[in-house]
Amino acid sequence: MGFDTAYEAITEESDDQRWAFGTGFADPLAGVETGVPDGVPGADLGAYCLMLGDDALIMSHRLQEWLARAPELEEETALANIALDLLGQARLLLTRAGYADGSGRTEDDLAFGRGVSEFRNVRLTEVGDADFGGLIARLLVFSTWRLALLDRLRGSSDPVLAAIAARGVLELTYHRDYAAQWLLRLALGTSYSRERMAAGLAAVAPLIPELFLDSDLELRLSPRVAVRPAELRAEFDSVLAGVLDRVGLVWPKGSGEPARRGVHTDQLGPLLDELQSVARANPGATW
Amino acid sequence: MTPVQAWEIAALVPDPELPVLTLGDLGILRGVAVDDGGLVVWLTPTYSGCPALREMSRDVAARLTAAGAGEVRVRTALSPPWSTDWITPAGRRKLAAAGIAPPGPAPRRPAGPVPLTLSPRQAAVTCPACGSADTARTAAFGATACRDLYRCRACAEPFEHVKAI
Repeated sequence: MGFDTAYEAITEESDDQRWAFGTGFADPLAGVETGVPDGVPGADLGAYCLMLGDDALIMSHRLQEWLARAPELEEETALANIALDLLGQARLLLTRAGYADGSGRTEDDLAFGRGVSEFRNVRLTEVGDADFGGLIARLLVFSTWRLALLDRLRGSSDPVLAAIAARGVLELTYHRDYAAQWLLRLALGTSYSRERMAAGLAAVAPLIPELFLDSDLELRLSPRVAVRPAELRAEFDSVLAGVLDRVGLVWPKGSGEPARRGVHTDQLGPLLDELQSVARANPGATW
Repeated sequence: MTPVQAWEIAALVPDPELPVLTLGDLGILRGVAVDDGGLVVWLTPTYSGCPALREMSRDVAARLTAAGAGEVRVRTALSPPWSTDWITPAGRRKLAAAGIAPPGPAPRRPAGPVPLTLSPRQAAVTCPACGSADTARTAAFGATACRDLYRCRACAEPFEHVKAI
């Protein structure tokens, strides 16, 4: 069959709208029982899913920035796969947030319609990477923390959150393996690669205390629905120490003052400018 | 249309990313039921970010409607999460015939925290071209999240393998 234009060749006639930036995409929770469990305030559950979704969305965006810039094609493919997994988790969690809080906001409303002050991601997810060593340090910290968190959330009394967590655990397991294996290669490679790996760890260290601060929201929702982040610290420290001991590296001392979740660096604004640019230029657009 | 008939039609829909396999072969067709409103079909995503779920939903609904099913609603089943253990024996044979090494059993998780794997794990994979077991992994991540890349040391053929997860 011939086509007059390249555009015609890659599109198909259908009643379905093609998605431009998410609009028209199938609801990722279509048909899932979305009621909020008895005794759980919907607003709290929504806020909790929102912050877990924001962590995944913003981390995914930073990983996507490595595409076409990674040192090897294989690493680019790996980072794209990891970014896609996290984007999938973000879509499910943001959709869950919009249902649970009763606002009816969609994943698109939440991803593209909020400003810096409304994002609840931890700062670890939003900072850019100076180099590949910095990325590996940040990804190892993020995936070790999030794996410990989602592993416990498999037992959440919210069945949707529990199901998202159960799937996410399988994905974060190989995200963490990937980052840890690269840390070993860089730390045991040349003196230069070891220096860059140590610099990456130093850059990420001040962002770690925030990951383990209990917020009022988590205290209210735990232990039935949510997990207190402070409970994750022992497992996190043990995994990271195991990796660092193996290569003779230690965490830099003096990790700085922990910021509260929702307090951002000045890097989130430019990130959102890019993430939201198409949606803001063409509100509600489909193609 | 009975649920059994509907299942047989939905199970034959090809997977958009691995068209040699059907949704039935992959084990992502989770259930079919009839209620007052018509047919309800449950699918499960392979990975959280699986971009093919929407295409699959549309294909399932279109095939069932064409077969006279009336109204069809396709729903998402998130639990239990999909694993490669859901791929049927017929699906595994079709993968091998298409030159893609099928997955072994998904790793069993021991009690306690999820173990960290520090040395790249390599499954015992048989070359789908010549049958040799002398193969080596060349990349842990392939064109889709579910596949990694191998090369056969005996016949030199590069091939894909579905990761056991």
